[in-house]
This record gives sequence, C-alpha cells and structure tokens, in this order.
Amino acid sequence: MQSSVSIQNLKLDYGTVSVLRDLNLEIGQGEFLVLLGSSGCGKSTLLNCIAGLLEPSDGSIYINGQNVTWAEPSRRGIGMVFQSYALYPQMTVEGNLSFGLKNIRMPKEEIRRRVARAADVLQIEPLLKRKPAALSGGQRQRVAIGRALVRDVDVFLFDEPLSNLDAKLRADLRVEIKRLHQKLRNTMIYVTHDQVEAMTLADRIAIMKGGVVMQLGSPNEIYNRPANKYVADFIGSPSMNFFETTLSRGAEPKVVLAGRDVPLATYGFVRKDFAGAVWFGIRPEHILTGEAAASAPVRFEVCAELVEPMGSEILVWSTLADTSIRFRLDGQEKVATGDMLRIGFDPARASIFDKAEELRV
Amino acid sequence: MSQNGKPSGLFKNLSAKIAAIPMVLTALVVFVGCTVWTIVFSFTNSRLLPRADWVGLAQYERLWGTRRWLISIENLLIYGSLMLILSLVLGFLLAALIDQKIRFEDGFRTIFLYPYALSFIVTGLVWQWVLNPEFGIQNVVRSLGFGNFTFDPLYNPNLVLYGVLVAGLWHGSGLVMCLMLAGLRGIDEDVWKATKVDGIPTWKTYIFVVIPMMRPVFVTTLVLVTSGIIKLYDLIIAQTGGGPGLASEVPAKFVFDAMFVSQNLAQGFAASTMMLVAVTFIIIPWAYLEFGGKKNG
Amino acid sequence: MADTVIRTQHASHAHAAGPRPRPIFSRRNIIIYGVLIVLALYYLLPIYVMVVTSLKGMPEIRVGNIFAPPVEITFAPWVKAWSSVCTGLNCDGLSRGFLNSLKITVPSVFFSIAVASVNGYALSMWRFKGANVLFTILIIGAFIPYQVMIYPIVVLLREIGLYGELSGLVLVHTVFGMPILTLLFRNYFSSVPEELFKAARVDGAGFRTIYFKIMLPMALPIFVVAVILQTTAIWNDFLFGAIYTRPENYPMTVQLNNIVNSVTGVKEYNVNMAATLLSGIVPLSIYLISGKLFVRGIAAGAVKG
Repeated sequence: MQSSVSIQNLKLDYGTVSVLRDLNLEIGQGEFLVLLGSSGCGKSTLLNCIAGLLEPSDGSIYINGQNVTWAEPSRRGIGMVFQSYALYPQMTVEGNLSFGLKNIRMPKEEIRRRVARAADVLQIEPLLKRKPAALSGGQRQRVAIGRALVRDVDVFLFDEPLSNLDAKLRADLRVEIKRLHQKLRNTMIYVTHDQVEAMTLADRIAIMKGGVVMQLGSPNEIYNRPANKYVADFIGSPSMNFFETTLSRGAEPKVVLAGRDVPLATYGFVRKDFAGAVWFGIRPEHILTGEAAASAPVRFEVCAELVEPMGSEILVWSTLADTSIRFRLDGQEKVATGDMLRIGFDPARASIFDKAEELRV
Repeated sequence: MSQNGKPSGLFKNLSAKIAAIPMVLTALVVFVGCTVWTIVFSFTNSRLLPRADWVGLAQYERLWGTRRWLISIENLLIYGSLMLILSLVLGFLLAALIDQKIRFEDGFRTIFLYPYALSFIVTGLVWQWVLNPEFGIQNVVRSLGFGNFTFDPLYNPNLVLYGVLVAGLWHGSGLVMCLMLAGLRGIDEDVWKATKVDGIPTWKTYIFVVIPMMRPVFVTTLVLVTSGIIKLYDLIIAQTGGGPGLASEVPAKFVFDAMFVSQNLAQGFAASTMMLVAVTFIIIPWAYLEFGGKKNG
Repeated sequence: MADTVIRTQHASHAHAAGPRPRPIFSRRNIIIYGVLIVLALYYLLPIYVMVVTSLKGMPEIRVGNIFAPPVEITFAPWVKAWSSVCTGLNCDGLSRGFLNSLKITVPSVFFSIAVASVNGYALSMWRFKGANVLFTILIIGAFIPYQVMIYPIVVLLREIGLYGELSGLVLVHTVFGMPILTLLFRNYFSSVPEELFKAARVDGAGFRTIYFKIMLPMALPIFVVAVILQTTAIWNDFLFGAIYTRPENYPMTVQLNNIVNSVTGVKEYNVNMAATLLSGIVPLSIYLISGKLFVRGIAAGAVKG
C-alpha cells in the first residue's frame, strides 16, 4: 500500500527541550490513525508539523509522495479541524466554508457546488446563513469539519475535535466522524487524549510519550498485547493491576503470586528465554469472579476493602500479594465491605513486562 | 517555490517584517537614535544650533550650579511626592466608596473621571480662574465679611505649588480611582465572605487583606502617576507660567526654555538627560518587579 | 437595575432570618454619601464656574461672585471666543485652532491606529525573529521623557522638510502614539485563539488576508477604544503642537493658552472661560458618550499583558 503521509526522522526542539525525537511514521492511504497520549506528549506538535503550522528542526514529511516539509499549510492538501472549532466569528457558516476556496480564487459556481455538497454530507444546510455564535457546540464542530471537507483534500487532520463537547454530544459526533470516514475513505489523522475515542475510531493507534511513539498498532493489539508497561497502564479504565514478581523458567515458565504458582504455558511470550524480575499485569475486567472464578486456571481469595457501585457494574478494591488491585463485579451482585470473594484469572490474558526496561516479555 | 529546501530565515514571515518597518524605524530612529543623539550632544557647547564641540561634563557642572534648575528639581520633588501620596489616597478612597454598592455609581464615577478627559491647559486655566484672588475664592470669602481673608496660592511663592497640586489632583485622581476600582473588583468575593465569617472589621480587611492583595495595581498606578509627574509641563504653563518668580518652575519647562527660548541647546540636552536618568531609576525597579520573576512577561 | 433586585432580595431575606433591616438613613450611608457628595463638589466646581463665567458680561464679573449664576445670560463671550478673539496677529478666534486641531487629530488618529494595529497583529500572530526585542524597545520608549527626544526630532523634521507643517505634527503623533497603541492591539490579538489563526493559514490566507478579513472585523471594539484614547490624547496635546507647528498651524490648546495667558490687553475672563470650554468640548463629549469604553482605553495603558 502506498503511504499517504510519511514522516521520516522528524525532530523538533524548543531550545534545549526536544518535543519530538527522531520520529518515523507511515500512514496508509485511507487509514484512520489516532495519535493518543497525555498532554505534553508531543501529539499535537506532530499534527501541527504535518499541517505546516510548526517548523520541524530536522527530518522530512511527505504527503502523497511529495516532500512538503517546508511547504505552506494551504499547499499540502490537508484540511484541519481544531478543538476550539476556530470558526471565523464574523462570517456566516457559508462564509466560513468558502473562505479557503475564495483564497485560491476558485470560480463562484464551483464554490457554491462544494459548499452545498459539504452542507449535505454534514446536514447543516439550514445553518448556512447563520453566524457561528448562533450555533451549538456540536453544530460548530460540524461546520469546522465542513471547512476541511470543501477543500477536497486527501488528508484530514483532527486536533482533539471533541474535547470541548459534553459527553453525550461527544459520543454522537464520534459516530458521525466514523461514518464520515467510511463514506469518504480519506486519510485521517486524529489527535486525542481520550482512549475511548481512540479505540472506537482508529484503524491504528500511535501512543506517544515524551515525543516518542511508544506503540503503533491496531486497537486490538494495543489493548490485548501492549508493547510496554506505559501503554498497558495508559489504556483501559480502570487501569491494569500490576504485581512485582519474578519470572522463572523451570520445566515450565511461571511466576509466583501471593505464594502460589502461576503457570504460564499458555502465555504468548515475545522473548522466549527471558527470566528475572518482572511486572505481572492483569486487567480488572480479566479478573473472574463467582462461578467463572471457580473454573479459572489460577484462583485466590481476597477481601473487598472498598466497593464502588456504578450501576451496570461494581468496582471492588482489594489487596493481593501486598498490591492494591481492582476488579469488576456484575452490577446485580451483592457485596459489602469486608466480604471475602473468590477471584481467578487466565494467565493467557496477562501482560508481563521486564522490570528493567518495562518492555513486553 | 522552495518545495524541497528549507527557506532562508530572511524571507520567513516576509510580509510581517515589511509591516513592521514603521515600528522598527520608530524604535530605532526615534526612541534609540534621538535619545542617544541628545545624550551625545549634551557633552557639547551647542547654543543656537547643535555643534560637535566637545566640552565634557561642563554642561552638567553648569546645570547643577544653576539656581533655576535646582529650584525646578526641588519643586518637582515637593509636588511629586505630595501628588503621588494624595492621588493614591484620594483615588483609593473614591474607589472604596464607590465600591460600597452605592446608588448612582455611574454618575459619581463620571463626575470623578471627567477632568481626566480635559487637557492640562484647560485644567490649568480653569483653576487659575477659580484661585484668582481678585474674583475667585478669596474675593467670595471676603465679601462674606472676612475682610482680611487671604487665599492667593498662585500669587504666593510659598503656596503656588499647592495651588498647582489642587489642579493636578483634580485632573488625575479620577484615573487612579479607575485603576483602584478595577483592582477592588478583581478581588474574589469569597475573600470578603471569609473575613465576614471571621468577624474582621471592614477597615481592617481593607488594610490587612485587600490592599496587600492589590499590590500589582498599586505598583502600576505608582509608575503611571510618577511618569506623569516627571512630564509635568502643560499644567504649569497654563496655570502659573512658572511664576511667581521661579516659584513653580519644573524641569520639563527648564528644558523647553533652554532649547527654544534662551538658545542654550546643550543646557537643555543636559537637563533632559538628567530627566532620563531619573526615569530610569523608576523604571528599572518596576520592570524588575513586574517582569523579573516570570520569563514570559 | 440588577443591583436593586439583589438589594430587595437581601432585604426580604434579612426579614425572614431575624436581624433588623438596614435603614436607608443609616449612619454608614450618611457618611458614605456625605463624603461622596462633598468630593463630587470639588470635581464639579470648576466646570460650573467655567459655564457661569462664560455666560456673564464683564461688568457683572467685576462686581459679582464667581460662584453666582449669571443675572443676565449673554452668549457674546462664546461668539467672540469662537470667531474674533486675537492671538498675535490672527484675529479669527478659536475657530482657526479648532480647524487645525481637526486637521491634526483626524489623520493622526487614523495613521497611528493603522500602524499600531498592524504592529500588534504582526507581533502577536507572526512572531518573527527579533519581534520581542523590538517590542521591548517600543515599550521602554513610552517611558522616555519627551524632552529627551524633542530636539533631535526638530532636526529630523527639518531635514525632511516637514518642520512647522501639520503633516510633520501628524507624523510625530503617529510615532509617539505607537507604543501604547501597539501594546493595546498586541494584547488584544494575543487573546484571540491561536487556532483561529492556524485555521486561516490552512485555508490559504496570508498576512494581509488574515488581517483584513479575520482580525480587523473581530477587533472592532478595540479599534473604538483606540480611537477614543488617541483622539483625546492628540486633541489635548500641547507640547508637540507648540514645538512642531508654526503659529498659523497651532492646535487649539496652544492657541487657547496664548489667548488666555497673553500679557497684553484687558483680560476678558468671560471670553477666556468660553474659549476654555470650547476647547474642552470635543474630549468631554467623547468621554460622556463613550463612557465605559473610555475607561477601558485609559486602563489599557495600565493593564499590562
């Protein structure tokens, strides 16, 4: 597959602080890539570099095979949607949509046609004559997407487009963006700090930290086989439980948890001969309880120290092997603080990282 | 154009740089260039026209031996310190009163601030008239039966500065009020609630809580008022003309007269350089206080 | 209005809760309003005296009391001040100065705001190399006493042939208005979300398009503030007008001072006061009409970004 956007050895330094370090990324034609990370990880900086709004210190950016590292933003064949919508307040919705086209002196007829098409796709025809101030948050963001749409570009850049919306609207627009991508099949690069958005929208997710991509992979890979402890901890809510233990390889690889052997024959090792100090991670939702726990390969008995009922489920805090752990119960279960509960899990679903480099074992 | 190469730094943001040319000229030619020019020529003996005839510090020695300059400095110090204190006190008082959720707030504010919209010339002339002994306040009080009442500040060398002060305060205290009011309104409502709950009397709250919180406003006001005081010129011209005698001379007027009246350019340059030095001593500590701590000031 | 509502709510609440409601003529209110009214008299007295004096004939002024309202109202001093009072050799009254001030103020306000708004925009949005140094010099320049710079400027203006001309004075006002106005606009444009600027660049707009199509229409309120600030400042200027213009080009302030403080002839206090009022009318009307915006303008100089 020919790559749509290609980033090669990209660096960006502000004085002595490096925001992006030697970054490489290939984004395929029509791919939906999400850049995910906490604030300050460099994800927005990377997006701004792709857009041409920030100049990298070194490296190059190709869009559709063209080196655009130093090209003007408008010459890169990109459209961008911003967190604060960034609609021009004194122009009508129509004016906002057509501003970019007027700047390249496109014939009026063509502008009208494109605005009409974008308005149709986004269902904002009734709003065309209004000013942004008269629109709701969701409508504004739709107009902002429309502004990228009319330019008929190959690559869409989204900079946390849903972060200013309330939870309900966010979920609605998320679906709409996904639908839009399925319809248009453009390359989309989407920056967010919200893992739900990332998981639901992405073809591939790039998790960033400190200007470096920690893992690049499909949502499934990222969730089930995190490449390092940072990614494992970052994805999933509540986050993964980690135990400090030692991986030993006798007849069979195993770790010891709370004095009990946890056999790892079914675990998919990346490094077949690693042994030593490790973090043993298991997601709260992979800890089994009740009937399921009874038939789990590994079983423990723990005391419920804190109970957080959430309606559909109950989150229980407890201690296992001197480590605070969380796990989920069905919302209908009856559990009180101090109750003893039987839990278990399947070691195949665990994630193990070496302690030194915190990389997957 | 430059699809592959990094564009050279000079042409980056070219339009912005072209647009900034007037600003560059102003900053470099006027603010830096003219200031340096004046300082340089203060070391010459230029009289009617600037001449590069160097005399070292002679102009400064002469300046500090000139009675009129010394009186000007003394006057400015007296007027300046009184103006500073009184305008801060009056401005704060007005702001605190207006902040008491009073009726006709807008009306009172309009009354206290309108003099600031008028020029110093208008201010000086009207107060010259009000303080005129022949027809003004003195005359009015005398006609009420106090035949010996004397109130002629503008004709009394010992009082003339106070006469100017009355006009200066009238003109400028509204501005101080405005700044103070903005400061008072900027204080979190919860601070007042907290002191109410703690049972602290209002006056104590003002002195120990509110005023310390308004430190930035006070500093800004101080700098603003002070730089205004040093520029004091129009008001003197209109109200007293520097008289009676030399009793209300000020440095700015000394400079103007040396340059444009008595054809003694280099004296004017030396005097204005001294004014610059004085301002520098005010600005540097302020800039340090304001911008010293934070990098992105 | 809202104030009254809150007050009433507060009062009814107080009834319910127990403590006695505060009477209108409480000791606290008497002190507050008393002090305010006394102070208001200090601020109002001069304008009152100006108005009544300008409406009296000279005989009435000589025998009477400056605070007394005019017995016989006459507009003759106003007519004389406007159209026939003499300054030096010119005897066409303040109307000349008024016209000069108009010819100075209008272009000065226009040019200084045009230049400063572009400066502020370039500084806050485009951040070219050296921008911060330049801006710092400009702001420091605002604090340099004018006296330091006035003479070299005379030399410069003479060199380019504008000394004594109205256009020379316009140039001086444009230059000296630049620091404060640039600060005003820079602070305003800095508060505009950066994403708006980025969006416009993605949309292919350049330096000029972004300024005229996006920033200018957005910044209208701040332009109004700048116009108020500059009009008042330039109209009220005395020093520059006295130095950089010839007598026939003197602005109103300079002419007014020359009329009132002239040592020759009989003093006509009523004409003087009418003239003083006349030259105060423009800034005073701006102040009364613009109200809050005026306050915002003067506070702009003080509130640093």
